[in-house]
Amino acid sequence: MDPLTWTGSLGTALNPLFLVAAVVFIGSTLAYVVASFVSPVPQVRAINETTAIAGNGVTELLGRLALVSLLALLILAIVYLMGGIVSPYGAAGIIGEIGQRFLPVWIALLATFVLSITFKRKLGLYGKLFDSPIGMVGFGLTMFWVFTAIFAGLFDMIITHEVLVQESGMKNKVPGTPLRGAEEGEFPHYLLGGDTLARDVFSRMVSGSITVLLIAPAATAFAFMVGITLGLPAGYYGGRFDTIISFLANLVLAFPVILLFFLLVTPEIRSYEMFSVFGKGITFPRAMAAVLFLFPVIFLLVLWQSRYFTQPSKRNLFVGVTILIGGWLYLGLAWDADPLGQVSMDAGVLIVFVSVVFVNAPTVFRIVRGLVLDIKTRDYVAAGQTRGEGPWYIMLWEILPNARGPLIVDFCLRIGYTTILLGTLGFFGLGLSPESPDWGTTINQGRRLLSVYPHPAIAPALSLMSLVLGLNLLADGLREESLRD
Amino acid sequence: MGLFLLRRVGVMLLTALCLTFIVYFMTTLYPNLEKLAKTQGNFRMSDEAVASYLDREGYLEPVFKGYGQWLGILPGHTFTDEDGTITGRCIAPGSDPANAPTYCGVLQGDWGQSVTFKDDAGEIISKRLGLTGWLALAAFAVMIPAALIIGILAGMREGSRMDRSLSTFAIASSATPEYVSGVIFIAVFAASASPLNAFLADMGWISGRTLLKGSATSAMEDITWANFTLPVATIALYGVGYIARMTRASMAEVMTAQYIRTARLKGVNFRTVVLKHALRNALIAPFTVIMLQFPYLLTGVVITETLFNYKGFGWLLVQAASTNDIQLLLGCSVVAVFVVLVTQLISDIGYVFLNPRIRIS
Repeated sequence: MDPLTWTGSLGTALNPLFLVAAVVFIGSTLAYVVASFVSPVPQVRAINETTAIAGNGVTELLGRLALVSLLALLILAIVYLMGGIVSPYGAAGIIGEIGQRFLPVWIALLATFVLSITFKRKLGLYGKLFDSPIGMVGFGLTMFWVFTAIFAGLFDMIITHEVLVQESGMKNKVPGTPLRGAEEGEFPHYLLGGDTLARDVFSRMVSGSITVLLIAPAATAFAFMVGITLGLPAGYYGGRFDTIISFLANLVLAFPVILLFFLLVTPEIRSYEMFSVFGKGITFPRAMAAVLFLFPVIFLLVLWQSRYFTQPSKRNLFVGVTILIGGWLYLGLAWDADPLGQVSMDAGVLIVFVSVVFVNAPTVFRIVRGLVLDIKTRDYVAAGQTRGEGPWYIMLWEILPNARGPLIVDFCLRIGYTTILLGTLGFFGLGLSPESPDWGTTINQGRRLLSVYPHPAIAPALSLMSLVLGLNLLADGLREESLRD
Repeated sequence: MGLFLLRRVGVMLLTALCLTFIVYFMTTLYPNLEKLAKTQGNFRMSDEAVASYLDREGYLEPVFKGYGQWLGILPGHTFTDEDGTITGRCIAPGSDPANAPTYCGVLQGDWGQSVTFKDDAGEIISKRLGLTGWLALAAFAVMIPAALIIGILAGMREGSRMDRSLSTFAIASSATPEYVSGVIFIAVFAASASPLNAFLADMGWISGRTLLKGSATSAMEDITWANFTLPVATIALYGVGYIARMTRASMAEVMTAQYIRTARLKGVNFRTVVLKHALRNALIAPFTVIMLQFPYLLTGVVITETLFNYKGFGWLLVQAASTNDIQLLLGCSVVAVFVVLVTQLISDIGYVFLNPRIRIS
């Protein structure tokens, strides 16, 4: 097998075009910025009796040129990526083959977008997202990684090689290097090269998304549960409870994140048993998990109780289901004592999870508390109080739904921030095992030889950045659309 | 105002005490002490040897007593071994124990000995802090003007194409943590394999093999363009996005205000309106954000110094944490907590001074 080039035979025709488009784009963008400094006042010119355009000739032209060349770049990028699907193996180069590996993701993305755009008027806030280009790009990037994690994690697609298998002679090899003596049915190249232990960078990058997308959204959701459960009463009642919880939240916020991670996530602390309960040694992370993981269950119980306490049969059903399922998950995740032996969490993942929740929860608490302080002065809250509604009913069923806009936006942003925190932990080699393919750990391993072999660190770095960027753009789109009405 | 300040400072001190106590508690958990003893002695020390070492050094005191000694409100730990030699925290090696002071904690200005560097913890920290000071200063000097300019340009005409592109850049930069931008910067500007460097070297425009250096170790003695640009850019990039977005929001809000419209209608030209009327009010909110950016800077500094091997405060923190050097770690945490709390205080007070509409009763 020959080594693959980046664009293969497709590139001979398209590369010059791409280069021209890129030069035009960069040139016109710079010229546009300069031009808008020189003549900052937009002039309104009448084209004919009914239409007028804003902007002055040159600036407008440059702006349009930048837009057209950007469009050309995007189309070319899509051609590069899709080339691998239609052409025989190797003809479209590394980029084409990567595009081909991601085929299930493209199909899923296409289906999602077509369905969502068709029914966008019936889908509420989610549908409105498809009115904003920024929101669509963000949603696309995010869903790209979500689908990647799903297809790679559940169906074992996309990945070309086992993440821990080391092939001989592939150490630090550049992208597109063929495997030595590849067998029939084995993928013949390392698409993005090999790392210092001769493992496939591409497969590790793809399966890294599984770890990240399993931990980040779940940890953020837990942080929200903790923040909401404490922030609602703190804002609603105020008083001494508020003072104490706020002080504790500020305490955690004043603690430098990095120092907290170093103190919490060292192996010594992780395995140190402070005391034992029922013959089970309680380590630091387990104690924290025991407290933090209780909040979602409490939240749901209060939620059902406050609404359905007048209909005991319904209440009993909801509360019973919550206690059964919540208790089962709680025992399994927090105490590693699932009676059925199904649910458990690896000690390394647990400590990472718990510390990320711990760092995020106080910020969520502050946001929720602020929102409640604002909303509780509204008339509908006063009306609820006059009707004799209980305080928890007002908090959970009147105030919380009305605070959902900012909370949803913050949730998206916070998943991104959590991803960054996970990467930071991995970067310092804390928590997850050094063999774990998650992006932070891979960057940490790649950085030692960065100036000689940059490719093993670049792939996870760009992946992490694109996911966080997607989440940030998504949050921006959601904010814009939710402010519109 | 006076009462408000007094209360804030009180809460601040309480927070600092709580946080340093937590650090003390965590670092003196037995497995951490064991690690410390073994890095000092050897890794095959028996349990008894570990215990006697720890006892001699005074680490086995009860938590509150030990913390009090570190703080300097309890008499320093002393230890008398079999042949009657007295050693202790307050007794400098080789000096007469009778002349040693009774109290020697942080309150007396004694930060203890670092066991890994065999030196006074306070001196090590101040030296490393000086190095980090240059890095942070340079980063802020790049970050704040860049962020403010981007924010103002984007916010002065909301919804324009300039706004869209600058806002997208701001979002992208706040999605690029230091360990991502640092890796990309090194790969592009400091890797000999990068096409940019190959091109520049071929043309003979650069003397070495790379344009910039991927290691900032030499910057500790002599800061040059080549060895300091990348770490500074790495720290600055992550912060720019956030400050720029806040500035943009603030600017956009001010630009819709009545007095701006009045000025425009009176025929004042756009540039004057932006620079003279809008800017001063638009900069109140970013001030708070910039102040609150300091704590985030700390994480950035730790990552960047590790990545570029610049031996400043962040590097020291990593070293102290990995060997569990208790005195050093406590010193570092005091500095870190101090930075966080003082910037919070400044941002609160500054906000009141800048915004006459806010009154504190």
